[in-house]
Amino acid sequence: MKDQLASIEREALNKIADAESMKELQEIKVAYLGKKGSLTSVLRGMGKLSKEERPVIGEFANRVRENITTSLDEKTESLEQMALEKQLEKETIDVTLPGRPIKVGGPHLLTKIIEEIEDLFIGMGFEVREGPEVETDFYNFESLNLPKNHPARDMQDTFFISKELLMRTQTSPVQARTMRAYGGDKPVKMISPGKVYRRDTDDATHSHQFTQIEGLYIDKNVRMSDLKGTLDTFAKKIYGKDREIRLRPSFFPFTEPSVEMDISCKVCDGKGCSVCKGSGWIEILGAGMVHPNVLSMAGYDPDVYSGFAFGMGPERIAMLKYGVNDIRQFYTNDIRFLKQYHKA
Amino acid sequence: MLVSLNWLKNYVDIGTISPEALAEKITKSGIEVDGIEYVADKTENVVVGYVQSCEKHPNADKLNLCQVDVGDEILQIICGAPNVEQGQKVAVAKPGAVLPGNFKIKKVKLRGIESNGMICSLQELGIAEKYIPKDSADGIYVFPEAVTVGESVEPLLNLNDAILEFDLTPNRTDCLSMLGVAYEVAAILNQSVELPAPQLQTATEKAKDYITVNVEAKQWNPYYGVFVVKDVKVKPSPLWMSNYLMAAGIRPINNVVDITNYVLLEYGQPLHAYDNDKLQSGNIVVRRAKDNETIVTLDGEERTLSEEHVVITNGKEPIALAGVMGGLDTEVTDATENVLLEVAYFDSSVVRNAVKATGLRSESSTRFEKGIDPNRVREAGLRACELLEKYADATILTGVVEFDELDRNEKQVDMDTFEINKRLGTNLQATEIVQILQRLQFDFEQQDSQFKVYAPTRRGDISIFEDMLEEVARIYGYDNLPYTLPAGASQAGALSNRQLLIRNVKHLLEGIGLMESRTYTLTSEAAVDKWISPEVREKQYIPIELKLPMSEDHKYLRLSLLPELLRVISYNQARNQMDLAYYEMGSTFLTKEKELTEQPDERLRLSGALTGKWVDHPWQQEGKEVDFYVVKGILERLFDYLRITVSYEQIKLPEMHPGRTAVLKTKDKIIGFIGQVHPSLQREWDIKDTYVFDINMEEVFASYNHVHSYDPIPKYPSIARDIAFVLDEHVLAGDVKQTIEEIGAPLVKRVDVFDVYQGEHMEEGKKSVAFSLLYQHSEKTLTDEEIQVSYDKIIEAVKQSFNAYIRS
Repeated sequence: MKDQLASIEREALNKIADAESMKELQEIKVAYLGKKGSLTSVLRGMGKLSKEERPVIGEFANRVRENITTSLDEKTESLEQMALEKQLEKETIDVTLPGRPIKVGGPHLLTKIIEEIEDLFIGMGFEVREGPEVETDFYNFESLNLPKNHPARDMQDTFFISKELLMRTQTSPVQARTMRAYGGDKPVKMISPGKVYRRDTDDATHSHQFTQIEGLYIDKNVRMSDLKGTLDTFAKKIYGKDREIRLRPSFFPFTEPSVEMDISCKVCDGKGCSVCKGSGWIEILGAGMVHPNVLSMAGYDPDVYSGFAFGMGPERIAMLKYGVNDIRQFYTNDIRFLKQYHKA
Repeated sequence: MLVSLNWLKNYVDIGTISPEALAEKITKSGIEVDGIEYVADKTENVVVGYVQSCEKHPNADKLNLCQVDVGDEILQIICGAPNVEQGQKVAVAKPGAVLPGNFKIKKVKLRGIESNGMICSLQELGIAEKYIPKDSADGIYVFPEAVTVGESVEPLLNLNDAILEFDLTPNRTDCLSMLGVAYEVAAILNQSVELPAPQLQTATEKAKDYITVNVEAKQWNPYYGVFVVKDVKVKPSPLWMSNYLMAAGIRPINNVVDITNYVLLEYGQPLHAYDNDKLQSGNIVVRRAKDNETIVTLDGEERTLSEEHVVITNGKEPIALAGVMGGLDTEVTDATENVLLEVAYFDSSVVRNAVKATGLRSESSTRFEKGIDPNRVREAGLRACELLEKYADATILTGVVEFDELDRNEKQVDMDTFEINKRLGTNLQATEIVQILQRLQFDFEQQDSQFKVYAPTRRGDISIFEDMLEEVARIYGYDNLPYTLPAGASQAGALSNRQLLIRNVKHLLEGIGLMESRTYTLTSEAAVDKWISPEVREKQYIPIELKLPMSEDHKYLRLSLLPELLRVISYNQARNQMDLAYYEMGSTFLTKEKELTEQPDERLRLSGALTGKWVDHPWQQEGKEVDFYVVKGILERLFDYLRITVSYEQIKLPEMHPGRTAVLKTKDKIIGFIGQVHPSLQREWDIKDTYVFDINMEEVFASYNHVHSYDPIPKYPSIARDIAFVLDEHVLAGDVKQTIEEIGAPLVKRVDVFDVYQGEHMEEGKKSVAFSLLYQHSEKTLTDEEIQVSYDKIIEAVKQSFNAYIRS
């Protein structure tokens, strides 16, 4: 009987090994382990065995059943695995086909630069102030030490709306407005980005509308060296930490002393090239210590308070930083231009 | 201002510093040097030659065969210039010479005869055409005076000069004179200044016997002086003077004109010469012009004057417009023998008025406009007379006839070492400040750390302590200032709530896929009244017009951002960029005044324009053109973000598609609109189907209420139910939805439209709209029965309100 069982086992295991489908396996299972299966019918003859043989054969038969079952399970799993693999193989896609496009939106390049500068100065304790684009002659000029008939008014050609109202030519009037709002006895620390207007014919380097960022710091004991340190921090953050800055004396009616700031040319690293016109330096912004007339007109006592102010042009910054060579690009809003600046 | 370094060297020792290094120092000290120009590239082997003989070339009509003595040899040179003559002293480029433009001079044969060099014109030596005296313009240059044969022409013609171009800021008018520049350069280089000291010979006759001066317009003419110059011989100027004038960008004319120009540049003092024989009186009267009085100026134009102008008269008629231009009647010509030389101080505003009225801006008027040095006025006249004596063989009558109420006092400025250091952040010693003041050549008194500075009148820009602060700082060097950061009490820098909200709204729209645009605030007359939101339109604001626009395209302040935004769409589509989605946030300018007397209201608006494909993924058959609902979806997300409830109501607007436009309302207030641009305007503006939105941000700010709150996450399951109604086609889905929400509350948490159908199998004039309802209770699981009760109520209500039935 033992031989019979062994031969059944051999036969079953061979068949399982050869089986190629789940259906065959099911048939094998029924043929050997089913109620009418060959193993079952052999075991039915157990009763004829002697007392001594029965447990031995019984144990052997159990092992045969177990082996067949295990083999069936293993084979099932392997067939399933094969079927899955086959199925997944069928599901293969062309990974080189393009993905579903995501609409690209983003800020205008000027906004990007303005926000970068805002964030830098906010980090240094400045607040952001805004002011009207249609200004009074008083705030745009007079409060900034540019009385009527001042020769420096020739420096700015203005869009007038009426005798006293105009499109602001600079963001500086926000200085005067903010100082007045602070009442003459509190420190002021603000920047003011915004649109400004000049009577210019639009061409590659001129625009009748452009943007400016004004900065102002008023307190007791503000030093010119503070201006220098602040501008240096700004320049290194915006233009890169290996840029050098240079301050030159200049003239603005609303500051005294006045300063023009240059940075070392990035293109030639200060050696002189066509971008910096051979000088190695590029003019970046105007600044200075707030003129005592501006302070007193805004209600600050120039003997007690001092301060610095600066003004810069985001268009110019963008043109230098990215090599944009036509200022009109900022206002035609060519989608191919705007999209370029939405990459890391 | 063009500064010739050779000229400058007459007043200050600049040592061996290169022009480039000097320019750098000057720039860093406050006057930007825009450029350096060399008069000519280095020339060698060009010497003075004497034309011993000059004959026609035997084989060429237009060429001359010259024997030229160049000192160490006689050169045979063929010259084509029409003006070459025997006996001239000329500039000869010897073989081996290199002229500007790398033009090498070699021995050549011209028509069979050897030519050993070239006789040069000034152009060939590198001098710019426009500065060359007229009589030297066509042909070779002939030296006007005694020069030594064989001498190098480079210094003689000032070819070795470098010219610095000063870009002066309006305050530094002192550097509109060579003497002013000399003081500046001396301060920078720590050198002294050597001034001219004019000396006149004594004449027997006295000027006052010939002329009287009477100034009526004292306020505008505090100083007026005349010198009487007799027996002038008009001829070319000396070589050095012509050279300097050319270097300064002025063409030499004759000695009298050149001398007035030379002194103008040297002293910064304008002068004017009248032909005394044409004056027709012995009186000079300076007065205000009369309205409609006329004068024919030197340029031959008749000028009509007004009371705003000051004129110089001969007692009757104007002979000059003060500070601007002389009259033609008293012009100095080659025949002039007796000259009246005017030196005056005219008020800058009166000259500015005259320049504005006549459009005549000259080297002279510019200096008067910007202010001249009161201490140099009379001095400059003396200097000119000295030169006229020397170079025009003139006799200067004794004395200057003058009216003089000129304030020549120096301004006093007090300063203190401690205060200087406090303001600059430096640690300067009083001795260093003394050195700086000495370099500037400012007079001062010192008491320990205290200074009283007498600002020289040439520096009219210095009047207060801060001006001196700048002087100290710039001579000390801005480079030498330390770097510090503000030491005051620190405050938290932050965006205001409004600024933060603006940024967040922009970032939200950008995340959705909209590109920010920045268009012009100023728009055209045709565009300014278009696409104005109804809540703005109804107020009948008046577009604000510029007084002097630069172009018709940018003449009015915008009332809406959309016209310029649609121009952007048009611009891009003309360049084959068809799929576009822009937004812009910016001010509109609102007033009801016809003539603006007060600032307009500046109101922030948020606008957008979208066109073309919103989703473009063809190979998976996915695509979506921008339509009303794409744009509405964006706005729904925006208002959901802002927690503002907005309803959409159909509206007809002039520039919009009549069936595809809605106003946005919150709390019954219109806050903007959305829709498709009217197809006929789309054609007119050359744009494809474009959908726009326009939102009043001021209303958004007013409605926005930032709350931090927590809505508990529901613990009990939600149950979905769908209903499809058949409705009359004009019934609005939004109205049905609202009814469902009202009746279903509070159990119905959400109602969504998931299908709209009209067409086959549907009765004519009817449509089916399907809604999905979401039931949920915060404290229990709803039973079927509870839901059914609500569901039935909803169906009943919709049936009754909208004459609807359930689609089976």
